[in-house]
Amino acid sequence: MNKVAVVGYGNTKFTKNKLPIETLLLESTKQLFDTTKNLSQDLIDGVIVSTNDNSKYLGAILSELAGIKPKISHTVEHLCSSGTNAVVSGFSYIASGLADTVLIAGADNVGNPGQVLEWDKSRGEFNHPIYWASMFTKAHKRQFNTTDEELAIVSAKNHKQAIDNPNAYSHKPYTISEIMNSKNVTDDLRILDCSYSCSGSSSILLTSQETAKKFTDEPIWISGIGQKTNSASFTKNELTTLSSSVTAANNAYKMAKITPQEIDIAEIHDAFSVCELMAVEDLSLTEKNTGASYVRNLFNTENRKINPRGGLIGTGHPLGATGIAQIIEVTQQLQNKAGKRQISNPKKGLVHNMSAAATSSTILVLKS
Amino acid sequence: MNKFDIELKKGNFVTSECNYCVKIVWPPSNYCDNCFNDVTWRKVSLYGKIIEWSKKGNDIFCISEFENTIRIIGKLNIKNKTLGSGKLVKLSKCSANGKCKFFFTLME
Repeated sequence: MNKVAVVGYGNTKFTKNKLPIETLLLESTKQLFDTTKNLSQDLIDGVIVSTNDNSKYLGAILSELAGIKPKISHTVEHLCSSGTNAVVSGFSYIASGLADTVLIAGADNVGNPGQVLEWDKSRGEFNHPIYWASMFTKAHKRQFNTTDEELAIVSAKNHKQAIDNPNAYSHKPYTISEIMNSKNVTDDLRILDCSYSCSGSSSILLTSQETAKKFTDEPIWISGIGQKTNSASFTKNELTTLSSSVTAANNAYKMAKITPQEIDIAEIHDAFSVCELMAVEDLSLTEKNTGASYVRNLFNTENRKINPRGGLIGTGHPLGATGIAQIIEVTQQLQNKAGKRQISNPKKGLVHNMSAAATSSTILVLKS
Repeated sequence: MNKFDIELKKGNFVTSECNYCVKIVWPPSNYCDNCFNDVTWRKVSLYGKIIEWSKKGNDIFCISEFENTIRIIGKLNIKNKTLGSGKLVKLSKCSANGKCKFFFTLME
């Protein structure tokens, strides 16, 4: 199997402005071309688009707009984890030798159709993500005595960290008190505990070991991948653990031949505050029932190990772009190019991206 | 549209079941998710238990489980009773006019 590296990237700012999906995709692709040395269209033999937009044939459309005539082009849709799923496809093409250099571009618009899974009739009329998040939060409070303050710390930390991310939707710091007193979405969920639906686009360039040095002196290697789909129906889920994330993480660690304790930096899928508390435990970054104290300690010590770009809560959540933006953040951190967000000398990073209340999860381990 | 959708429109809550595997097939489907044989359809027991609940404004919503397998989210009428996980509910109404809707009444 060929080794696969991240060798280029482009990101737009995440906003509330609706734009044609192909315009968004082209924006981050243009940035990728502008910032990747020696890159020309003829060197790309795969173009994969990640989106929940209803537009058709976007792989070919982006290829044409960017002047690329790839061997392979198509779209990947997998709700919130479309981005990492598209990257896994690109990885597979390169690892197998079907392609050498693949562009993956993800984008979505504010209010995109991927927020609601119409198929899942078991959710009845309560099909918006705020309802599963409320159930998760209520169950977590019951089982682990989790407090509103502990949930608010996740949001306070991630909003604070987003201030140093020029592409983040939110640049406003919030106190724990402001978050706890923000509007009730439900009895168990505050508006500031929720990620925002946004418009935005993120692109990365993957290539083989043979070609990597052509594009960058600092390739970042995708060394572990784990994926798990338990179901599509939310109501089959356990409510206090992200079990698909547990399985996916274990597989990713195994493939990367590392332990969770070796992870220096992690992008966690904090669609809602409770998700980060669950994820840091389920990815074995801390022990079970210590998630809240772990995150509190990060916040109090201004340690940016988890979600340095601000997470989904601070950065915004354009579904098709999110997983790719997470990979870009870890890549920049491992290259020591994350500016004010930079943590000290990280060597191994993790990306956690999930869909539909963690009915499925994708985990990537990246190494410098 | 399968039998589930047709019956829900009439106000009936049905599930698919595999007579070969002797199991409920949920979510509803035309084929067994184990052996791929055709399923049969039957009404679900109206009595279940609360798995988890929360509240939005004046509306209480909960996950209720029926026949130890079938979980659905619906609106709960507690009729001044004390709410909690594990408490018994009755499916009082269901419909599908554009959107599936389930209504529960707290039993105890």
